[in-house]
Amino acid sequence: MTLSVAKVSTPTIDQVMVEERAAAFTKRSIKAAAKLAGLKMAVAMMDLTTLEGKDTPGKVACLCRKALQPIEAKYEVPNCAAVCVYPSMVRCARRFLGERSPVRIASVATGFPSGQFPLRTRLEEVRRAAGDGADEIDMVIDRGAFLAGEHRKVFDEIVAVKQACGAAHLKVILETGELVTYDNVRAASDLAMQAGADFIKTSTGKIQPAATLPVTLVMLEAIRDYFFATGIRIGMKPAGGIRNAKQSLAYLVMVKETLGDDWLTPELFRFGASTLLNDVLMQIVKTTDGQYQSADYFSLS
Amino acid sequence: MQSARLDVRKTHKLFIGGAFVRGESGRALAAVDAAGIHLDNFCHASRKDLRDAVAAARSAFGGWAKKSAYLKGQILYRAAEMLESRAAAMAAEIARAGVDPSEARREVDAAIDRLVYFAGWTDKFAQVFGAVNPVASSHFNFTVPEPTGVVVVLAPDEPSLVAPVALLAGVILTGNAAVILASETKPLPLLGFAEILATSDLPGGVVNILSGKRAELIPHIAAHKDINAVVDGSGDPSAQAELRQGTAVNLKRYARRQNPAEENPYSILDSIEFKTAWHPIGV
Repeated sequence: MTLSVAKVSTPTIDQVMVEERAAAFTKRSIKAAAKLAGLKMAVAMMDLTTLEGKDTPGKVACLCRKALQPIEAKYEVPNCAAVCVYPSMVRCARRFLGERSPVRIASVATGFPSGQFPLRTRLEEVRRAAGDGADEIDMVIDRGAFLAGEHRKVFDEIVAVKQACGAAHLKVILETGELVTYDNVRAASDLAMQAGADFIKTSTGKIQPAATLPVTLVMLEAIRDYFFATGIRIGMKPAGGIRNAKQSLAYLVMVKETLGDDWLTPELFRFGASTLLNDVLMQIVKTTDGQYQSADYFSLS
Repeated sequence: MQSARLDVRKTHKLFIGGAFVRGESGRALAAVDAAGIHLDNFCHASRKDLRDAVAAARSAFGGWAKKSAYLKGQILYRAAEMLESRAAAMAAEIARAGVDPSEARREVDAAIDRLVYFAGWTDKFAQVFGAVNPVASSHFNFTVPEPTGVVVVLAPDEPSLVAPVALLAGVILTGNAAVILASETKPLPLLGFAEILATSDLPGGVVNILSGKRAELIPHIAAHKDINAVVDGSGDPSAQAELRQGTAVNLKRYARRQNPAEENPYSILDSIEFKTAWHPIGV
C-alpha cells in the first residue's frame, strides 16, 4: 500500500500470539468495588443501539429514555454515551433528547451495512444525518474495494465522508468479519486513521463474527502505534457480539493494558451494543444488593 | 486369586446444562455408608454452581415448555426405560449406602413406576386442573395451567432415589425446568440418575443436579430472583424456616412436601400457574 500520507508502517500480525494475549484478558479476577466501578464505566461508554428494519419513533424514544437514565437513581449509574440509530431516526432521537443532551446521537450512514452504494448518495446520507442533528457518524467502508486491493479508493472515500460530516465525529466501521485476516484488519485500521477517522469500529453487528477480543486488540495496537507516530489519539469502538458484563470487563482490561488510562473515557472508547446494557445493569444490582437477578425485572430491550 | 486390575472409581460430578461438570470451586465431599466407611467423593457445589444451574435451567425452560405434552410424556417414559435397563446398577448404588439389597431393588422399581405414572400426566393435568368457568356474560371463560418457570427442588436424605425422581417428574412434566439439590448424606443414587436423564432425550438444562451442603446454598436459593418456585422435600426444619422467610421477600412460591416419594397428582399444583382467558361468543 502506498499512500501519500503514510505516517506509520503496517506490521504483519502474529495470529497465535494475538489470540493468546487476548485470551489472557479474560482471566483477570475483578471483584467487588473494582467490578462495580468497571461496570458503571461500561455503561458510560455504551452506544445504545437499535438498527432494525422495524425500528419505530416509539422504540427510539424508549432507547433514548433508557440511555438518559438506565436504572433507578439509587444505583448511581451514569447515562450512556450515545444512542446509535439509522439516519431516518436521527430527527426523532433529537426531538426526544433535546439540544443539550448528555447523551449524544450517533447515526450509521454510507449505505449501512453493506456500503455498496454510489458515493454520491452515501455522502448525501452523511450530510442529511449530520444536518438532522447527529453528533457522530458511523460509516462503513467499502469492503469489496478494500479486498480488491483498491486501498486508495477506500482512503479517498473516507476523506470525502469526513468532509461531509462537518462538525460531527466520524467512526469508521471496518467490518472485520469480512476482512478475513488480522493483517487486513491492521491495514484497514491504519488506512482509516490516516484518512481522518476519529474512531475506528469493528463491526456493523450484521455479520458474524462481529467484535472479538483478538480483532479489537489488533485495532488497539494500531491506535497505539498511530499515537506514538503522530501524537493523535484515535478512539476505539468494538460493536456486536458483546452481550454480557464479564465480556465488557475483559474489553476494559484490554484497553487499560494496551493504551492506558487515557483511553478509559467515553471520548475514546465505546461499546456498540443493544443487549449488553441489561446484563451490565443486572450485575450492578447484584453487586450492590447481593442477590442474583432475573431478566423479568429489567426492561425488554 | 488377586486381580491385577486397578480400581476404576467413578467421579460423581454435577449435572448442569446437560453436561457433567466439576464444581466451580473444585471442592469435594466424601460419601460414607451407614458404618462410616468411605464410598466415593462427590462435588461440593458453590453458590456459583447454583447460579450456573439456574442460568442453564432458564435458557432450557422456554423450549421445554413449548414441547408438546405428548413429547414430554415420551421423554419421561424414555427415562423409565433407561432406568429399567440400569436397574441392577442403581439398586447396587442404593444398597452401597447401607440399604438392604432387596429393599434397594424395590426402590428402583418404585422410581421406574413413578416416571411412568407422571409421564401419563403430561397430557392430562391440563384437563384435570384446568376448567371452563360459568360466567354471566356471553363469553367462554376458561382457565389453563402453565408451568411457573425455574423450580428448585430439595431432595430428602431418604429414600435416596424414588423421592428425588418423583419430585423431579412432578415438576418437569408440566414444562418447568428444575434444579435439584441432592441429599447431603446420600447423594450418589441421584447423581447416578443424571446418567439416565442424559440418555433420555431430555434437552440439556431441563434438569440440573447439584450436590453439596444444603445450609450453604439455602440463602442463595431463597434470594435468587430468577428462581420462580421452591419444592422442598428435604424435611429439614431449619431449611424450611429460612426458605419461608427468604421467599416471602421476593414472592417466590414455596411448597413443602411431607411425603416426597408418593404418587400424588396434586403435587403438580406446586409448580404451575393458572391463566384465565375470556373469549367472546358469537363474534
